[in-house]
Amino acid sequence: MILLQLITDGLLLGAVYALFSSGLTLIWGMMNVINFAHGDFVMLAMYVAFFAFTLLKLGPAVFVPLAAIVLFGFGVLVYAGLVRYVMRGPMLAQIISTFGLALVMQYTALWVFSANFVSLPNTLVGGVYDVGGIRVSAARLLAGATALALTLGMHLLLTRTDLGSRMLAVSEDRVAAALVGIRPDPMQALAWGLGAASTGVAGALIALFFYVSPGVGDAFTLIAFVTVCLGGFGSVPGALLAGLAIGVIESLSAYWLGPAIKDIAVYGLFVAVLWVRPQGLLGRA
Amino acid sequence: MAITRRSVIALPVLAAMPVRAFAAEPVKIGYIEALTGNAAAAGQSIKQAAELATEIINNPHPELAPLTLATKTGGLTNLGGAKVEIAWADNQGSPAVAQSDALRLITQDHVVALTGAYQSSCTLTSSAVAERYGIPYLAGESAAANLTERGYKWFFRTTPYGPDFARLYLDFLAAVAKTGMATSKIAVVHENTDYGTSVADSMVQTAAARGIKVAQRIAYNANGTDVSPQVLELKNGKPDVVIFISYTSDSILYLKTMKTLGFRPPIVIGDDSGFSDPSFVKSVGPIAQGALNRSAFVPGKPDSLTYKINALFKKKTGRDMDDTTARSMQGFLVLCDAINRAGSTKPEAIRDALVKTDLPASALMINYKGVKFNAQGQNTLAYSLMIQLQGDRYVPVWPTEAASAKLELPFKGWS
Repeated sequence: MILLQLITDGLLLGAVYALFSSGLTLIWGMMNVINFAHGDFVMLAMYVAFFAFTLLKLGPAVFVPLAAIVLFGFGVLVYAGLVRYVMRGPMLAQIISTFGLALVMQYTALWVFSANFVSLPNTLVGGVYDVGGIRVSAARLLAGATALALTLGMHLLLTRTDLGSRMLAVSEDRVAAALVGIRPDPMQALAWGLGAASTGVAGALIALFFYVSPGVGDAFTLIAFVTVCLGGFGSVPGALLAGLAIGVIESLSAYWLGPAIKDIAVYGLFVAVLWVRPQGLLGRA
Repeated sequence: MAITRRSVIALPVLAAMPVRAFAAEPVKIGYIEALTGNAAAAGQSIKQAAELATEIINNPHPELAPLTLATKTGGLTNLGGAKVEIAWADNQGSPAVAQSDALRLITQDHVVALTGAYQSSCTLTSSAVAERYGIPYLAGESAAANLTERGYKWFFRTTPYGPDFARLYLDFLAAVAKTGMATSKIAVVHENTDYGTSVADSMVQTAAARGIKVAQRIAYNANGTDVSPQVLELKNGKPDVVIFISYTSDSILYLKTMKTLGFRPPIVIGDDSGFSDPSFVKSVGPIAQGALNRSAFVPGKPDSLTYKINALFKKKTGRDMDDTTARSMQGFLVLCDAINRAGSTKPEAIRDALVKTDLPASALMINYKGVKFNAQGQNTLAYSLMIQLQGDRYVPVWPTEAASAKLELPFKGWS
C-alpha cells in the first residue's frame, strides 16, 4: 500500500516536473538557448495566478489561461529585447545574459512582492480523492493531467503542423530556413512565446498546491534542466517520460534512502543514463 | 595601550560634558543576515527589528525605561552620545557568502562588532572569520548547539539554544502525559543543515538522558520540492508527537502534504523558525490549528516593555513582533549595551564588557530571565515558553502560570 502511494505521489510529482520543463524543452531543446531565467518565468506565472485570485477574485479556469497569455507576451518581449541580440554573440553571452535576467526578475519580485511566502487557499481546487486507500489531491491531479495534455499538444504542434515544421527548420539552420523563405525572427519569437506560455500554465497550476515566493523558481530550475537533458534535447515526449521517471525515483529513494540523500539516487541515475545514452532517453543522436 | 588609558581617564570628563557638545563618530556594527534567498522573509523582518532597535538607541526614549539604552538623550551615552549605525550584509542564506560578508565588513567597513544570522550555518562560517580577526560576534537568533561548543573567545549568544528547547519540549510533554495523553512515541523531523541537525541531536540526547528513545528521526533538505515520502514514513510510524525543526517553505509544504495524505498526529510541535514565520500562519494557518511552537516573546500586559515594543514594531511594520524578530532585536540591544558599557570601540574592551554582561529581566524587551554569559559565551538565563496556534494567532499555553489561553489537544489541523 505504501509502495503504491509512493509511486502515485512520484508520478504526480513527476508530472509537475514535466509540466515545469515543457517550456524549457522548447526554448533550450529546440532553440538551443540556455534560459537560466526559466525558474523565474514560473515564479512570475505563480504571482500572476496569486494576484489574479486575491485582487480580482478570478478562479483557476480564468487565471491559468491568463498566466499563459501574460507569459506569452513576456516570452516574446524577452526574445525581442534581449535574446535576439545576444544570440549573435558567443555562447557565454547567452548564458550570462539569461542568468542576469534571472537575477533582475528575482530581485524585482523581492522588491515588488516582498520576501514573504504566500499561497493560494487550499480549497481553490479542493478535495482529496481516496482511491482504495491511495490518496490523491485534486490540484495535483489537475496539474498532472494538464502536463499530459500540454505535452501532447506541443508534440503535435511541432511534428504535425506547418508552423511546427517552420520552427524546427529555423532551429536546425537559421540561414537555410531564411533561404527557403522562412523569416527566422518571428519564428524564434513565437517559440519563446509558446515556451513561456506553457511555463505560464505550469506556474499557475503549481501555485494551486505550492507556496509562492520570489525565490521559488530555484527549487525547480535544476530539475527542469535535468529533465530536458535526460529526456533528450528537443524531445517533448522525452521530457515527459524523464519527468515522470525522476518523480518516481525521487519518491522511492526518499522513502528508502532518506530524504536528505535522495538526490544521490536521482542524479546518480541521470549520470548513468547519459553514460549509455548521451543523447537522452528519446533524443536523436 | 597608552590610548586606552588616556581614554579611560577622559571618560569622566566626557560624561560631565553636555552630550551634544561635539559630534561623536557613529559606531558601526556589521549585521549579516539573509536578506534575499529562501530565508528572506525572516531576514527582512529581522532587519526591521534592528532598525527599530537603532531608532530606540539613537533617539530619546525615556518612556521605555528601564529598557537598556532607552535614554533621555539618545545615542550611546558613554561614547559621547555616539549614534549606532548598521552596515548590512546579505548572506543570501549561503554559509559561503556569509563568510565573505564577515571578511568584507571587518576589513573594509571596519565594523567594531558583528551580529547575525538567522541560519546557524551562516553564523558558523561568519563567526569563524570574526574569531580570526578578534572581533566580537553576538548571535541573537542562531540556535545550533555547536556554535558555542567551539571554544571561541569572541563569540556570544543571547538566544536559548538546542538543549534549552529539548528540555522545554520534554517538560511540556511530561506535563501533557499527566493528563492521560500518550506522548512517549516521539518523531523528530529536521532540515539537514546546522540548525536542524544540532537541535535534533540535542532533542535525541536530552530525551535519552531521561530514558526516552526518539522513535523516528527524519533528516531532509529544506530546499526540496516534495515532502510526501517523509509524511508517509511518519504516517507509517504512527507517532504520538511529531516535532518539526524546519524553515518556512518546508513547513508550508509539510502542512499541505499532511492534509493531502490525511496524516494528523495527536501532537504537532514546530520548533519556531518556519512555524513562527508570519507567512506560515497566513498560508497554512487554517490547516495547522493546534500546532504548538516555542516562543521567547509574548506581548503580555499593556504596561509591560514587551507590549510597548510590540506596539512600536506593529506601528512600523503592520505586523506583530514574533519570536525570531524579538530574539534578534534583544541580541542587538545586548551588543550595543556592551559597547556602551565598554565606553570604547576597541574589540578587547567590547569583549570584556560582553563577558561582564548581567542584565536583569526588567531591562529586556523579551521574556528571558536575564542575560548572563557562561564561559562558552552562551546566555544561561535564556528562556522560552510553549505557544499554540489558535485561530490566526499563537497564544501562550504552557507553563500554566504564563498561559493566556487553554491548551487544546489533540492537534486539530484542518477539521
